Amino acid sequence: MITLSAVTKTFGKNRVLRGVDLTIPSGQSMVIIGGSGTGKSVLLKCILGLVQHDTGTITLDGQDVTKADRDAFLARFGMLFQGGALFDSLRVWENVAFRLMRGPTKRPKAEAREIAIEKLRRVGLKPEVADLFPAELSGGMQKRVGLARAIAASPEIIFFDEPTTGLDPIMAGVINDLIREIVTEMGATAMTITHDMTSVRAIADRVAMLHDGVIQWTGPIADLETTPDPFVQQFIHGRATGPIAAVR
Amino acid sequence: MTALTAPLAALGRPVLAALAAIGRVTLFAAAVIGHIFRPPFYPREFLHALMQIGWFSLPVVGLTAVFTGGALALQIYSGGARFNAESVVPSIVAIGMVRELGPVLGGLMVAARVASSIAAEIGTMKVTEQIDALVTLSTNPIKYLAVPRVLAATLAVPVLVAVGDAIGIAGGWLVGVNRLGFNSGTYLQNTVDFLESWDVISGLWKGAAFGFIVAIMGCYHGMHSGRGAQGVGAATKSAVVGASVLILAANYILTELFFSA
Repeated sequence: MITLSAVTKTFGKNRVLRGVDLTIPSGQSMVIIGGSGTGKSVLLKCILGLVQHDTGTITLDGQDVTKADRDAFLARFGMLFQGGALFDSLRVWENVAFRLMRGPTKRPKAEAREIAIEKLRRVGLKPEVADLFPAELSGGMQKRVGLARAIAASPEIIFFDEPTTGLDPIMAGVINDLIREIVTEMGATAMTITHDMTSVRAIADRVAMLHDGVIQWTGPIADLETTPDPFVQQFIHGRATGPIAAVR
Repeated sequence: MTALTAPLAALGRPVLAALAAIGRVTLFAAAVIGHIFRPPFYPREFLHALMQIGWFSLPVVGLTAVFTGGALALQIYSGGARFNAESVVPSIVAIGMVRELGPVLGGLMVAARVASSIAAEIGTMKVTEQIDALVTLSTNPIKYLAVPRVLAATLAVPVLVAVGDAIGIAGGWLVGVNRLGFNSGTYLQNTVDFLESWDVISGLWKGAAFGFIVAIMGCYHGMHSGRGAQGVGAATKSAVVGASVLILAANYILTELFFSA
């Protein structure tokens, strides 16, 4: 279980997170929604330690993430980045098997390649793709390779940062279905950041809305449509008028 | 009071900013050195960097050296003629190349070619979140990206300098023999006679120092690149300018250390 208590983060004069309280139960898929620039990615990076939060605490299974053994902590995570973040200089299979070929869980090259090809197959990519370089792939294929890399070491927790941004609706649907299937079959805890409502409905067990640096609303996906919260209603229906300023 | 302190504050701000930047680069360099001797090691990345920095810089360093050696021979001949000292051309070309021009011009050419390429590559990795991805995959970016490049540049640039020295001296010989009327055997004999081993070795040490500077500046500015294409462009420019200035400053300090009486 991941717990955030009164987490704040300021960049210069910009107070991005102003006291975030959030709990992500184990084995559940939590989706964070919110407008652009509201700090969703910063929140995710604070949990991973890619950005240091200013105040508040973030715990994983009761242990403060800032005091945990870094390698052991990160070994529990997989992450799909918004743009894929594939390493240009490495072939697709080397990207997928990156963690498998390094560190304490290092495997022989042939075995790592086999696992990579299996993971590529799991995300709907043919084995021939394994020897290509990321620049030779379409955006949708890169996202799928990123997804294969995120799940390659069978992590307990997977983060997805804007998984469908820049994809056509059909490919976005494919990615959403893959995420849902993989999270369910692995029994992983998932945290997804998105402002794509189709993704929210496909992926989420629970939803939290981040606005103005705090969690404005959180609840199960079934309550999303019926909640009277005006911020949520404006956001999910894409209304220009309401409590959220259209020009921020 | 404000009128009195304002000019001091205006002077102090850039000084403080410069000192802070020097401190950050120094800490970064210390972190890189600290990681060189601690596992894990990345031999594949090191060999790749060695090829990129060493092998592929040979043409540009060689061309720079051959033209510099030739021009140096012409200049020394022309200047030496004022004192009836034209015969010093071979020895001055050799000493000038191995002590100063080989290392400095080689270092500057590598700075232009390599510091820019490292800063652009790592900067692009930063803005496309590849460096964050490395961290999430339990890989230290300094160890994986900076250490192989710094090690490769520190080892490769002295070799480039040695090759550049030889090509530069050959450039001087070509001009001396074909343009200035020197006897080929005498020119080469004078070159060997007046050149001491320390002249060559000091130049190679300079090359190692310059290689270190080039890679550190490329990696530092790449890893601290701003957002977008403009950020990567600025990082690249800062890496080349910073490396070039530091090479010239380090050259003076090393020359003082090696040759001051």
